[in-house]
Amino acid sequence: MSVLRPLDKQPGLNTATILLVGTEDALLQQLADSMLKEDCASELKVHLARSLPLPSNVNRPRIDLIVFVVNLHSKYSLRNVEESLRHVDATFFLGKVGFLATGAGRESHCSIHRNTVVRLAHTYRSPLLFCDLEVRIAWAQGKGSQSTMGVSRTLLRGSSSA
Amino acid sequence: MDSYDTPESTPRHSASSKLKDYFIGATPLQKRLESVRKQTSFIPTPPRRKIPQCSQLQEDNDPQKVAFLLNKQWTLYSLTPLYKFSYTNLKEYSRLLSAFIAAEKQKGLAVEVGEDFNIKVTFSTLLGMKGTQRDPEAFLVQILSKSQLPSENREHKVLWTGWFCCIFGDSLLETVSEDFTCVPLFLANGAETNTAIVGTWFQKTFDCYFSPLAINAFNLSWMAAMWTACKMDQYMAATEFLWSVPCSPQSLDISYAIHPEDAKALWDSVHKTPGEVTQEEVDLFMDCLYSHFHRHFKIHLSATRLVRVSTSVASAHTDGKIKILCHKYLIGVLAYLTELAIFQID
Repeated sequence: MSVLRPLDKQPGLNTATILLVGTEDALLQQLADSMLKEDCASELKVHLARSLPLPSNVNRPRIDLIVFVVNLHSKYSLRNVEESLRHVDATFFLGKVGFLATGAGRESHCSIHRNTVVRLAHTYRSPLLFCDLEVRIAWAQGKGSQSTMGVSRTLLRGSSSA
Repeated sequence: MDSYDTPESTPRHSASSKLKDYFIGATPLQKRLESVRKQTSFIPTPPRRKIPQCSQLQEDNDPQKVAFLLNKQWTLYSLTPLYKFSYTNLKEYSRLLSAFIAAEKQKGLAVEVGEDFNIKVTFSTLLGMKGTQRDPEAFLVQILSKSQLPSENREHKVLWTGWFCCIFGDSLLETVSEDFTCVPLFLANGAETNTAIVGTWFQKTFDCYFSPLAINAFNLSWMAAMWTACKMDQYMAATEFLWSVPCSPQSLDISYAIHPEDAKALWDSVHKTPGEVTQEEVDLFMDCLYSHFHRHFKIHLSATRLVRVSTSVASAHTDGKIKILCHKYLIGVLAYLTELAIFQID
């Protein structure tokens, strides 16, 4: 089984690569789009994956940050993330992994308790952000919601240290 | 930025249970202040709950008197503590509320065709509907219509029923002063307009606040596990679940019905600690159902939203609707709902 290691490839010149892992395809796409719109010091590449391990036959750059997206409304997404975490090398968790829990705004739709995700992030010593990527604000300009842009800005600030 | 102390044990013994041990003896208000100062989030979900049992107090009350509470669909609301509510003034309150309702109806706010304006409101206490002696007495409000015809028995037709109760509400009772009466759970059956009018009167008179109590999928799966765990002599209904699949344009509903004895057998195979239900057991119980469904239909139910749970003990819908079918576990069901209501108030 191939395991993601942080330092097994040469870093790209002035590029940063973020990997988003999660089952919610539409949300990941939206988040990736808004991240690419943000100003970034280096050239930003965003990869999307439903789960790990990634197919090994593809040539891809070194990954600088992995964000695991858990949808609080779906236990399936949590299980998927838990399965995927096994395919990440332990050294990745030294600041190159983050958790994003979406759907936190609508408590009535949640099937996972917040504490479960908090515990997961705590076990892996990685930061956790709660957000709601599906909330749309009527007057947001362009595509993507205000909250998605806010989330992407926070993630990029974190990844710029990588 | 590690704000917890890590115990050298499995993730099961999490920060929340460690916090719980630390705070034994402190009032909930103190615990909350402590956790804010420590910048940890105090999430009051216990990792284990007791299986509903027949409480001592409930055995004292007459099954017939509370029979009208069963087999009816109740809409749930959570209620903040009532200021200066007195159980001795119930007659006064019924008079005031009747006057208020009559006034509201004449204003044209809630006019129904063919309805006579002769209504009577009764306030009465429901004895035995409490978990511990500390809980305030539950009370019932009913709107009855007085019949115009001079018939002999003068049967009053019940138009609307609402009742307030507090079952094992210790965590809330400790934080309020004596002027307040804590009855955080409100259940209503009848026309929505009447619920709104009664709610407005209570809010004006006792400075409290009603809010609809929604039950999320997480709590519904807890209810499913706890109610399946209840020992029943006779099963009146199948155990049924309803999931809503989020898809466009219209959401799909998936309904899954199991024979109640099979559900109980599954629960018994999962259940370890006698008398208590833990988070792991609930998750395992639901996962068994999900994997069975997936094997047959290749649909991941865990990616959908649980919307309704129906067992022989009670049935609950995510919009905050409940129907209790079994007298024996009435207090147990209400205890969990009280906990959810208190959590919503906080």
